[in-house]
Amino acid sequence: MARKVSIGRKVGFTALAWTLGCLMFFPIFWMMLTGFKTEVGAIASPPQFFFTPTLESYKDVIEQSNYMRFVMNSIIIAGGSTLLALVVAIPSAWSMAFSPTKHTKDVLMWMLSTKMMPPVGVLVPLYLMLQYFGLLDTRTGLVIIMMLINLPIIIWMLFTYFKEIPSEILEASRMDGAVLWKEIVYVLLPMALPGIASTLLLNLILAWNESFWTLNLTASNAATLTQFISSFSSPQGLFFAKLSAASTMAIGPIMVLGWFSQKQLVTGLTFGAVK
Amino acid sequence: MKLSSMLIGACSAFALFATAQAETVTIATVNNGDMVTMKGLADDFTKSHPGIELEWVVLDENTLRQRVTTDIATKGGQFDVMIIGAYEVPIWANRGWLVPLTKLQEDEAYDANDLVPSVADALSVDGKLYAAPFYAESSMLHYRKDLVEAAGLTMPNAPTWEFIGEAARKMTDREKGINGICLRGLPGWGQLGAVLPATVNSFGGRLFDEDWNPQFDQPEWHEALQFYVDILKDAGPAGSSSNGYAEIMALFQQGKCAMWMDATVAASGLTGADSTVADKMAWALAPNTGLGKTAGWFWTWTLAIPAGTAQQDAAAEFIAWATSKEYTKLVAGVKGWAQVPPGTRTSLYENQTYLDAAPFAQLTIDSIRAADANNPSVKPVPYTGVQFAAIPEWIGIGDSITQQFSAAIAGTKTVEEALAEAQNIATREMRAAGYID
Amino acid sequence: MATKHTKTLSRLMNLPAIGLLFIWMIVPLTMAIYYSFQRYNLLKPDQRGFAGWFNYEFFITDPAFVAAIINTIVLVGGVLLITIIGGVLLGLLLNQAIVGRGIVRILFISPFFVMPTVAALVWKNMLMHPIYGMFAEIARFFGGTPIDFFATIPLLSIVIIVTWQWLPFATLILLTALQSLDQEQQEAADMDGASAFAKFRYITLPHLARAMTVVALIETIFLLSIFAEIKVTTNGGPGTDTTNLPYLVFSRALQHFDVGGASAGGIIAVILANIVAIFLIRAVGKNLEA
Repeated sequence: MARKVSIGRKVGFTALAWTLGCLMFFPIFWMMLTGFKTEVGAIASPPQFFFTPTLESYKDVIEQSNYMRFVMNSIIIAGGSTLLALVVAIPSAWSMAFSPTKHTKDVLMWMLSTKMMPPVGVLVPLYLMLQYFGLLDTRTGLVIIMMLINLPIIIWMLFTYFKEIPSEILEASRMDGAVLWKEIVYVLLPMALPGIASTLLLNLILAWNESFWTLNLTASNAATLTQFISSFSSPQGLFFAKLSAASTMAIGPIMVLGWFSQKQLVTGLTFGAVK
Repeated sequence: MKLSSMLIGACSAFALFATAQAETVTIATVNNGDMVTMKGLADDFTKSHPGIELEWVVLDENTLRQRVTTDIATKGGQFDVMIIGAYEVPIWANRGWLVPLTKLQEDEAYDANDLVPSVADALSVDGKLYAAPFYAESSMLHYRKDLVEAAGLTMPNAPTWEFIGEAARKMTDREKGINGICLRGLPGWGQLGAVLPATVNSFGGRLFDEDWNPQFDQPEWHEALQFYVDILKDAGPAGSSSNGYAEIMALFQQGKCAMWMDATVAASGLTGADSTVADKMAWALAPNTGLGKTAGWFWTWTLAIPAGTAQQDAAAEFIAWATSKEYTKLVAGVKGWAQVPPGTRTSLYENQTYLDAAPFAQLTIDSIRAADANNPSVKPVPYTGVQFAAIPEWIGIGDSITQQFSAAIAGTKTVEEALAEAQNIATREMRAAGYID
Repeated sequence: MATKHTKTLSRLMNLPAIGLLFIWMIVPLTMAIYYSFQRYNLLKPDQRGFAGWFNYEFFITDPAFVAAIINTIVLVGGVLLITIIGGVLLGLLLNQAIVGRGIVRILFISPFFVMPTVAALVWKNMLMHPIYGMFAEIARFFGGTPIDFFATIPLLSIVIIVTWQWLPFATLILLTALQSLDQEQQEAADMDGASAFAKFRYITLPHLARAMTVVALIETIFLLSIFAEIKVTTNGGPGTDTTNLPYLVFSRALQHFDVGGASAGGIIAVILANIVAIFLIRAVGKNLEA
């Protein structure tokens, strides 16, 4: 910021931002805190802010389920589908961004519209299809499905991002005699890296949190953290502390990743940048 | 010995799959406490059955039902053992989707004759057992004897709803956060949809008449729902329309309810370690209105084998273990007698240790025995099931109509509106399914 | 601009994506259309057959159908409105010189990482519960009566939960857009003595238009299929107050196990969603022009 900022203004904005930020974060904070309470403490009134923390709930959760397997499946399925989608999406977005036709906008919109079918409406047809190909409850099956689900969004984001890159630069490299794949790998990709990175992150998050297909197309081999959560939600009896512990464990990995890469996430997304 | 058994195992496996490896049995189960306990104790099974490996898929009740139904109906073959309810068993058995447990029935060590007759009947078609009961429940009145006493009342063994209504209002002390009665109000055929039809039975009503006409526009339903709505308004906790079993369990354990008409198995939770009112509990039969039926229902969670699984024998071995007398002893050894899965075996109720440890035991078994799935109401019905109708359409209808009843509890609809809507919904569905014209 | 050769090549490179998405769209869609004309209940496999338009008729005449459409619109529209306005305001705030901006930013974006089911469970049981929820505790502390959120304001409660999940996304994207705002233009406006509001109205807002479009489009797609939050909190009730279109389709598919009806509902939902999309694109279309 080149402009001078008065101290009072800064203090005011800082206070406001922190207050609002804490309010936004409170539900997560409260959930994390509850994970360290006993089941009885979790629903105590008035609510306990200060208490002797216990790892009892975490112990129960770990004993009751194979957390590591769920995490591995989540990582493989979210990561695999996102990477696979990138491989398909980069050329496509490149093509639409740099040699648009009069149909490009329609194609883009059509791609988005493929996401508008409510998943549950096609559950049975898809279940039968996957069963036919022997892909039920396999990571491969889920990677493919999740890839297809996220593809439109990925192409979309990459397209908007590639649009920001002046095509003169690409043309200049072409003048220099670069062949197409070199043009993409050596010129486009490095320039677009921040955008690709943030696309990747955003889609990791979306795939990680997807809770319909991951629950309905898996049994034991490919089950992700959504099943892990399901196994702790609304059992018969007190469950808030255990559910909180399980939830914290389920969102933990993706949240830590998000925290570390939030700068990348912010700088990569350049929607609306000046052309 | 070891070698020969290995050889036999290898040969039989070879015959089936041309490969010899440990069999994996995938079990789909609901995440109720008793099942989680079973999963925790499964080492006992795998130790005595070294050739069998267990894979567990633990899901909440709604998700489980969706998963196993989709899978069995499309012959997806993802599961070898399914934990399903009293509702599914007769329907699925009639479709040929379940493997009859003939071996278990004949096995003397398993002693199928020891199963409580009404429970075994509910799980049998043409004398063949299609699912083994894990635990069974009816409903009864759980109440706080200290609060009843403090209000100067005496709880009869078979209370009437009229008495319950008065007692609930009398014991309510909102200042102290004590509600006279807690009842489910959460939409869902297994939530409000279990308690309300059972209550209606005791008011003389039924779900369908002999010609499958929905009965929600009948005076019995009006009387029962009005009573239910009023008592919750006057003496129930805040947020009743989103309270299900788990939520009320939490409330009761925290001492916020004086009475609760719900599943008999709740007694274990109310006297368990998490409960602050464990030593103040007492029980009575589910209330009635003097017409000859109580609001007692019948439900059981069972283990069944889907037709088409390649692991039939291993699956049957597991089911035999999980529903055996020995399993009961195993749980008693780890968690205490009061926490064993109740309601399925006659021998359990002849065991003095159990009767002493579980003060609610006698009432539980009496309620289960009294529940008659073939004659749930005073009037004749065309369906089986006490608080549900064992027809494929029931889940959908039950879920939709309980949304309406829940709205009446929340106060966003009048009782008349809710019943009219429910009647309309049910009639539409029954007509579409071809039961009525 | 580009040579003919590269043009052809670039078409080719678009093919895999288009092909895959085409298959992904056309195969389930065809199957759904086929099933939508079938009488097919998973639990009654013996009663299959051609059903004509029955499934469509039955879905549209469902007493909950109109309510579901209205609820869907309110839910999508409400959340969009709040997240975009809130996102702009929060974006402006976070774009200021703030002590500890990195941490504040983390606080703001964290809800986006939370799974929908977890978010709904936490809000329902630990915040909005009228007895041991945090809001009830606060209300009692100040001597008020706790609000029974899911009974008295069910749809608004869902809007609140969903907004909490999507506000971070909107804020994030609008913030990045703000950061690319032309400083020189701002300073020139300062020199001309433009008021803060005028600067916002004539410089910032037009600059944000495209980012807002992106937020609106992506959010709409996800909001149109909101489901887990409703399933966990209200089961579509009380009455049909929180039943939206996806929930209605869910009810046919996994409560009635009516494959025909669910397929018909799915097709109807696709048609309606595309109508919404067309309107949305009309309304904001110019911002998409590259």
